Amino acid sequence: MSELLTIPLLQELFGETILESHAHRGDETVIIPPQSLEEVATRLQQDERLRFEFLMDLTAVDYLHLDRPKRFEVVYHFYSLTHNRRLRVKVRVDDGEPVPTLALLWKTADWFERETAEMYGIKFAGHPDPRPLLLYPEFKGYPLRKDYDQRASHPLVESRRKGESA
Amino acid sequence: MAVENPLGDAVITTKLDAFIGWARKWSMFPYPFVTACCGMEYMSASAARYDLDRFGAAWPRFTPRQADLLLVVGTINHKLSPVLKRVYDQMCDPRYVVAFGACTVSGGPYDNYAVVQGIDNIIPVDMYIPGCPPRPETVLDAVIKLQAKIQNSPQEM
Amino acid sequence: MSEERYIPRNDLNIETMQINLGPSHPTTHGIIQMDLQVAGEDIIEADVIIGYLHRGFEKMCEAHNWNQAVIYTDRLNYVSPLINNVGYHLAVEKLMDIEVPSRGQYVRMVLSEIMRICDHQTALAAAAMELGGFTPFLYLMKGRELWWELLERVVGARVTTSFTRIGGMVADLPDWFAAAAEDILLETANINREVHTLLTRNRIFIDRTRGVGYISPEDAISYGFTGPMLRSCGIEYDVRVAAPYLAYNDIDFEIPILTNCDVYDRFYIRLLEIDQSCRIIKQGLAKLPQGPVNHLDKNISLPPKSEVYGSIEGLMAHFKLLMNDNGVRPEAGEVYHAIEAANGELGYYLVSTGELCPHKCRVRPTCMPFTQALPQMIKQGMIADVVPCFGSINMIGGELDR
Repeated sequence: MSELLTIPLLQELFGETILESHAHRGDETVIIPPQSLEEVATRLQQDERLRFEFLMDLTAVDYLHLDRPKRFEVVYHFYSLTHNRRLRVKVRVDDGEPVPTLALLWKTADWFERETAEMYGIKFAGHPDPRPLLLYPEFKGYPLRKDYDQRASHPLVESRRKGESA
Repeated sequence: MAVENPLGDAVITTKLDAFIGWARKWSMFPYPFVTACCGMEYMSASAARYDLDRFGAAWPRFTPRQADLLLVVGTINHKLSPVLKRVYDQMCDPRYVVAFGACTVSGGPYDNYAVVQGIDNIIPVDMYIPGCPPRPETVLDAVIKLQAKIQNSPQEM
Repeated sequence: MSEERYIPRNDLNIETMQINLGPSHPTTHGIIQMDLQVAGEDIIEADVIIGYLHRGFEKMCEAHNWNQAVIYTDRLNYVSPLINNVGYHLAVEKLMDIEVPSRGQYVRMVLSEIMRICDHQTALAAAAMELGGFTPFLYLMKGRELWWELLERVVGARVTTSFTRIGGMVADLPDWFAAAAEDILLETANINREVHTLLTRNRIFIDRTRGVGYISPEDAISYGFTGPMLRSCGIEYDVRVAAPYLAYNDIDFEIPILTNCDVYDRFYIRLLEIDQSCRIIKQGLAKLPQGPVNHLDKNISLPPKSEVYGSIEGLMAHFKLLMNDNGVRPEAGEVYHAIEAANGELGYYLVSTGELCPHKCRVRPTCMPFTQALPQMIKQGMIADVVPCFGSINMIGGELDR
């Protein structure tokens, strides 16, 4: 697993776009700016040498008070069935900064992005259906942010009639 | 007793309350409000090996209107709480509620923003079953205790 | 898709009606809401609403230390909790760059496969019951009960086992385990045979599932399907083979592949996988190496409870890993580790900042892509097709909503 397979190829293809890369414990990781996410993702999916057909996972991490360039990292895990390889792509954003959606490239991104949006308050620009996924309309706040109290109590929702469904 | 009983054992006398209680306790129709992990143990309890049917509470009714025993099986979160309230409101009297498992009793291991800390915040509860999830024997024990409770309480008619 | 299958066209121009299915509905074993637009019995439009079992898994993991998160991973996929635990601990061990001794790996593998059998049996049982087959439900429940009782004798709990630890397991398998498992393997094979006779060639079952819930292989990839769902679309992907973990490299087993992309194949492939899991268990128990199950480093593995209560060294080792500000602190970094759970690829993405608690503990919900694709599967069908479709995706609320 020590041999790097994907990162050199990506550096050759995208050059300066790859801001950083590492392979901690053999997981190949690249960090790219949000504005080039769509371009990189399209190439990842369609380029014969890459062929990452699967978007396995999509989430975000909040690095509040941890001295990072930006507060959030949106993390994409890709898997290539053709080459049997994995790749992690990360995008750094600040609070309020939008990330382009990948829902048009991978259908699975739709729900993952909805979930990330409601949990972290990250906006996915161009998302076709930006409703909350796991939480309900009355819910206030973004629970997975580090400054959100785990035990925050919420008032009980009394009743929900037709038209108000979550 | 001085009362003569010419029919022998063919007739028994009892109080009306006790009789109705006896009838009610052996014909509970549960509505399993199954949400989470406890559902696995509910399945076990109702299947052949533990056989809830022995206590007259086997055949689940999936409409609250025909049920008189609401089994709240699994975590209830804030998104789900109005649904549970609505199901309870639709049930006819007399109705009994069993809180099945730690999450319904107190929120269980989930002391956080999402989970209702005990369903007695939403609806009244007759029987609490501890355990995460409760073993089928615990469920049977709760059903037996609930039967005693039904038998011994004044019956509305 | 079979040719003669009825496709709704709404050519009578019936006014559409909104029908709400769930969240508490007999066929939704698990809490999910479906918002259907129907014309007569034909589904024109469908929307799925989830989140009724969101319990803040990630937030709870971030509030507990690395060892304590296991009780929450237990309750993700509560039909096969041990696979979740194994997956989590493999990810933590990858983060710490340690490896469990080979006996530990075999034990984990055998227990995972037992859980896979239980998961498939439950999925089939629930689905069969919803399609009117109560007998297969009872047979399969009996089969699952045998495994659970065996596990209970080993683990002490029936469902939420919490049996794995960082660096190994709570305890080794007892001596009698292999013999007891052998008996249950025979019984499982018997039950499988009975279920075959009751379901796979049952006209009613075939009519209700063949060609229903079709999804094309391209869509399956785009939705991120994995596991039996993907393999019933003719795509060969199994983490146990693609990136072997534990001891799967030493085991001879097959990955069943079916190609019809419909509900019938999804049930059938589960039955076939039960047979393969039996093979793995049999081989795993036969090859079980001698030696310790736990990593020998006292700063990583928890001491056995008998030592904690019986010796001062054991108690100190326990304190050093659990009390106050002591505990496992993986080096700062991030890993993603995937294993093959009963429903597909179960991946954990862990971020450590070198602290006592995970900075991030994300699990890839295996059944979320299936649930997301559910509207597409049921849109071409009738209301009655929702039930087999939903049964076939084996949605597990704890994992879907976390």
